[in-house]
Amino acid sequence: MSTTLIRPTTKPTKAKRTQTLETQEMSNMITNVSRRAFFQTILAGATGLALGLALPEKSDAQFGAGAGPATNKPNAYIHIGADDKVTFTIIKGEMGQGPLTSLSMILAEELDCDWKNVNAVFAPVDPSVYGALQSVVGSMSIRTLWTPMRLIGATGRAMLVEAAAQKWGVPATQVRTDSGFLINTANNERISYGSVAEIAAKLPVPINVAVKDPKNFRIVGTNVKRLDTVGKSTGRTQFGLDTRLPGMVYAVIERPPVFGSKVATLNAAKAKAVPGVKDVIQVSGGVAVIADNTWNALQGRKQLEITWDEGANGSVSTASISRMFEEKTQMPGANARKDGDAAAALASGAKRLDAIYQAPFLAHAPMEPMNCTAVVNADSCEVWAPTQMQTPARGGAAQILGFAPEKVKINSTFMGGGFGRRGRTDYVNDAVEVAKTMPGTPVKVTWSREDDMQQDYYRPASYVKMAAALDASGMPVAFDAKVACPSFPNVGRNGVSSTAVEHFEQSLYEIPNFNVDYHRADTHVPVSFWRSVGWSQNTFFFESFIDELAAASGQDPVEMRRKMLAKSPRMLGVLNLAAEKAGWGKPLPKDHAQGFAITNNIGSFTAQVAEVSVTNGKLKVHKIVIATDCGHVVNPAILSAQAIGGSVYGLAAALKGNITIDKGRVQQSNFNNYDVLRMDEMPEYEVHIVPSTEAPGGMGEASTPGTAPAVANAIFRATGKRLRQLPIRNANLA
Amino acid sequence: MASIKFNVNGKSQTVDASPEMPLLWVLRDVLGMTGTKYGCGLALCGACTVHLEGNAIRSCQTAIEKVAGKNITTIEGLSADASHPVQQAWIELDVPQCGYCQSGQIMTASALLAKNSKPSDADIDEVMRGNICRCGTYQSIRKAIHLAAQIKAKGARA
Repeated sequence: MSTTLIRPTTKPTKAKRTQTLETQEMSNMITNVSRRAFFQTILAGATGLALGLALPEKSDAQFGAGAGPATNKPNAYIHIGADDKVTFTIIKGEMGQGPLTSLSMILAEELDCDWKNVNAVFAPVDPSVYGALQSVVGSMSIRTLWTPMRLIGATGRAMLVEAAAQKWGVPATQVRTDSGFLINTANNERISYGSVAEIAAKLPVPINVAVKDPKNFRIVGTNVKRLDTVGKSTGRTQFGLDTRLPGMVYAVIERPPVFGSKVATLNAAKAKAVPGVKDVIQVSGGVAVIADNTWNALQGRKQLEITWDEGANGSVSTASISRMFEEKTQMPGANARKDGDAAAALASGAKRLDAIYQAPFLAHAPMEPMNCTAVVNADSCEVWAPTQMQTPARGGAAQILGFAPEKVKINSTFMGGGFGRRGRTDYVNDAVEVAKTMPGTPVKVTWSREDDMQQDYYRPASYVKMAAALDASGMPVAFDAKVACPSFPNVGRNGVSSTAVEHFEQSLYEIPNFNVDYHRADTHVPVSFWRSVGWSQNTFFFESFIDELAAASGQDPVEMRRKMLAKSPRMLGVLNLAAEKAGWGKPLPKDHAQGFAITNNIGSFTAQVAEVSVTNGKLKVHKIVIATDCGHVVNPAILSAQAIGGSVYGLAAALKGNITIDKGRVQQSNFNNYDVLRMDEMPEYEVHIVPSTEAPGGMGEASTPGTAPAVANAIFRATGKRLRQLPIRNANLA
Repeated sequence: MASIKFNVNGKSQTVDASPEMPLLWVLRDVLGMTGTKYGCGLALCGACTVHLEGNAIRSCQTAIEKVAGKNITTIEGLSADASHPVQQAWIELDVPQCGYCQSGQIMTASALLAKNSKPSDADIDEVMRGNICRCGTYQSIRKAIHLAAQIKAKGARA
């Protein structure tokens, strides 16, 4: 196998000057990308063309110093076999959000192959070719890979064109492509991609290839069927928990009920006596019971006799945390945003409003509980993990084993939901630690639902004091927020944890005096990313409070928002679209009321209108209309499914989600006491997408934050009751 | 331990297991049939749904001794080629997102359609509310069940 490594130049090509403005813009973008990127082409004998472009997610940081992947290892995003089968290697994990299909669509579009021949596989972890951090977080799949995937697809197409040109002895300009075929435009001779893939693989990689004019797209922008639907409708899809290996043993781990506790005493005699139990060992996460199947491991775990050293956290409760949050807001905070002079404007405004809002801890509760399978050999390790953090999973395993990261192979499995929970790698460490004690034996560690719910990294609880001043016309002239919330993943500039103040920081409303302070309020409860992160609570706080301001000044809440968004055309666009499609202000059925909310997270702009009724204190959410402007859309059907799914996730939390702490422990354990949304509670959904050729934004988290305030604002209009605390289920609406 | 004989997808199986071991873990860990999913272990989520003599049951709360001599159908046995009307409808409407709950959704839906060939939205809600989906595919599931009913009716007429 020979490998060609080519360093792209930055010289623009002459051909580009004749392109349309739009395409030229795209080409310029691609020139910028390719300046920082490395192409590789791999001659792989009879296997056809394999082509890759290494481009880490954080491309600017990675390539800023001119440092790039230094190796020339084979890698590929595209493989075309002699049989015309096209295999795309996808560097994003699949947890339902659709990148397996949508990233393949982008590649297929520019490669101009036949979608029917497309298959997709998950990439291995390899920083030298796939970037420093392979992960699937932050709704970034399309928005970070749109341009690179187009470029790779177009490069592959250009090489196939050149191969056909050489085969026919004609100039490349005389060859066009059509859905997996190369056509000699002089005589209409046609050959398939597969028949020249091997020739193409021997060609130098062209630089600055032209991508398609979006108006010529035939795959991107259409509702191509998902590549993973048949597997998921037949039980054949392999999730992490479905991993089975010869000689595999099954483990469950008893973890400390109070976070951070250590084992004080352990008596494993009864557990070891349970039929099928092979061993009981201590690992950093707790006490592992290893058995010949999951059930026997669970039976053995019930027989463990453990006392825990709980430390001082054994007395922490939801009430004590709430008191601590309140106290923190009395102390000086760290400034996160300061426009004008909010304190002065609050003192001099015509009318002042104050409100305290609170949100609880939330569990992620993906349908597939945490799990991982690993086998450790003398100098290598192989892991099967449903993970959103491929590279850190490898790094963590390597650290536990004292191996070089290259000695650890991570197999990404399908994920039964993630929602941020699988952005942690604790469950990977579990499997590696247990497997380390039994070299050569594959170990699957399964978390029970109770483990999953009681040992999560939760969406943090939060407490915010807000104040606003209105001028004589009723428009806000000052806004102040004091946010008390646990910090993660770090505390950055000025002592602010940016996740805690999201939305307040990025709000587009024109309020001349705008102040946000962060009051660090850490607890022993582990916290982390939860679908839409800080927006998940702050959009509820802020968009509800804006609604209060409108009510206090007798204004229509949509009209008031409209006035404050005059300089934000995309935000205003979705506001107007949602209002129009939902019939805002039009007559509704008796006892029905609507509520409104907007968000501008993850590079997209989203508005939603919730329609509810409250009858004898019983709430029903009838309908939610979502309007979104997320730039160029790859697959409208997948996008709509994400918009609905994100909102349902937010609705479940708004109505019911509540992780409470007593004696330092989580009180909820399963879906009986941490219920989620069910079929009979499902509102009707409409999703409206603004046509756009802007760079793509994200969608996985775009609709989650706005649902709680839209519903709460609708409840206010229906009942006059203002909900300042979630979940809604705890409120008396009668 | 006991030796328990039962039929899975038309095939006779004999397993040596504790009589109280749930059918779910027998299917997944002993027989290697992983299409049936573990979600909660307490019959709260429906991910483990299979058919016992044609009725939808939660395999996580069904002791293996209770199925001795009985016929079990799992997602793997619903059809050999994704041709069951419910599967056809699921594929036509691209119902799954993460997909983890969908085996259970499909098994509950197919048992419903076997008894009620034209379920209303209310019929669907009543039966399907026991199956949780965290991706929020409920609207698509409801549509797909109506579509499956049509596909089945067409097949019956043909």
